[in-house]
Amino acid sequence: MMDTQVDRALLEKIADLLGKPVGAFNIRKDCSCDGRASTEHIKIDDRTDGHAGIDIRILDGTKGETCHIPVIITKSGVEETVYNDFYIGEDCDVEIVAGCGIHNCGDQTSRHDGIHTFHVGKNSHVHYSEKHYAEGDGKGEKIFNPQTIVYLEEGASIQMDTVQIRGVDSTKRYTKIVCGKGAEAVVTERLLTHGTQVAESDMVIELDGEDSKGRVISRSVAQDTSSQVFRPCVVGNAKCFGHVQCDSIIMGDAKIQSVPEIAANTTEAQLIHEAAIGKIAGDQLLKLETLGLTEEEAEDCILKGFLA
Amino acid sequence: MLELDHISYAVREGESELGILNDISLTIDAHKLVVFTGPNGGGKTTLAKIIMGLVKPTSGQIRWNGQDITSMSITERARLGISYGFQQPPRFKGITVRRLLTIASGNERLSKDQCCQYLTKVGLCANDYLDREVDVSLSGGEVKRIEIASILARNSQLMIFDEPEAGIDLWSFARLTETFEQIHAAGTATMIIISHQERIISLADEVIVVGDGAIRHRGTAAEILPKILADTTAGCPVLTKEGALK
Repeated sequence: MMDTQVDRALLEKIADLLGKPVGAFNIRKDCSCDGRASTEHIKIDDRTDGHAGIDIRILDGTKGETCHIPVIITKSGVEETVYNDFYIGEDCDVEIVAGCGIHNCGDQTSRHDGIHTFHVGKNSHVHYSEKHYAEGDGKGEKIFNPQTIVYLEEGASIQMDTVQIRGVDSTKRYTKIVCGKGAEAVVTERLLTHGTQVAESDMVIELDGEDSKGRVISRSVAQDTSSQVFRPCVVGNAKCFGHVQCDSIIMGDAKIQSVPEIAANTTEAQLIHEAAIGKIAGDQLLKLETLGLTEEEAEDCILKGFLA
Repeated sequence: MLELDHISYAVREGESELGILNDISLTIDAHKLVVFTGPNGGGKTTLAKIIMGLVKPTSGQIRWNGQDITSMSITERARLGISYGFQQPPRFKGITVRRLLTIASGNERLSKDQCCQYLTKVGLCANDYLDREVDVSLSGGEVKRIEIASILARNSQLMIFDEPEAGIDLWSFARLTETFEQIHAAGTATMIIISHQERIISLADEVIVVGDGAIRHRGTAAEILPKILADTTAGCPVLTKEGALK
């Protein structure tokens, strides 16, 4: 496990792992399991339906535990679709750290499509973070197409933080969250594209239960000739509150399409959306230059802050 | 010591050239507190921006501690110890007050206590502000005070403040003038403050009245304040002209 420098560097990038994870974990490397540990409260098993992937079962009342499930692809030409299902009991408070890193120095495409389904029990809270990162100077493309489906039962909540850092040639993301009574979903999406990369993100939050809440905060930077499309949608089917906020910085010859949508199917739904696309303001750069940064350092500082 | 030598700045307006600053020469000795004052549109801010490098003069030379800085970038001037507090500071989505103060100080390990000291000097409580982003959620007065705190954190040899009192409430203003007094008394920095406030003008070693792109008067606060009052126009000269309101 974590044999090579490439493995260690990827795991640090995507999951902040500097050694063997604490608590339950499953490390997937080049289509097979590279290490696994269950705990008393978190059980990880292979799937039994023939699909690649794992089932993660978290017992009722599990609190303060973390589950790491990083994936690394270190070979060119590895393409996989992996199904991970999470069954989180009632009254839990857990952190799940996913993420995938690709190191592709060859000429063939490397692709990871992670299909994650969460069933979150009554009054449980899940903090789910997912980082995508790719590197390698070969001609082979590095592709991620993640799908995340979340079902929140009464009083359950999820804080979902997704970050695509650098090097990903193409991504097509789909997220769907269904909120029951009093459930709450907060999704923060951070994305940076450069070169000729393309990124697409479709998201639907269905506020089905009374007093449910949904919030989407999307921040992105598109550089060079890269292109991005965002379609976050919040649907209000009950007395609920939904807020969609998309902010993008556009640079070079990039293209960004931001299409936030809110849909109310009852008079009790209260929904708001905001979207803004703009370049880095000149006065922001000047201010940071008066603090001693060069123009390049100032730009970097603004982008890092924006995507933090 | 800061020396401005025959500084002029003009902009093109169609076929003609419009002079914003006309042949300004000025020397400011080390550790002095100098106030630029004068009517709006007279050229004070342009002159201050020329010192920081935010505006390039059409002609003339600027020397800082004997070194010609006329063709230097903003960054180079900042690194030589010149700082500038903007009249209308920009906002940053995602950059916290703490991060901004850290960048300003040049010390990546700036402690909470140090941040607290800078914020207290502008009348803000660190606990309420350190982790807040310098974005639209802050009021104009809050952003302005954070801007001044960033200059204090910079701790440079030449501090330029463009109308630091603008948008700041009376209580914070009193705290701010105390801070200027303390910096001046410590004798470690030269300060140029663009201001219309009598309280700030009275702190100055020298007051320079800038109007119509030139230096109109220079002197101590005691000498200049009566001139400012004498030059103050009471009302509109057109409306008060006999018959104008009939």
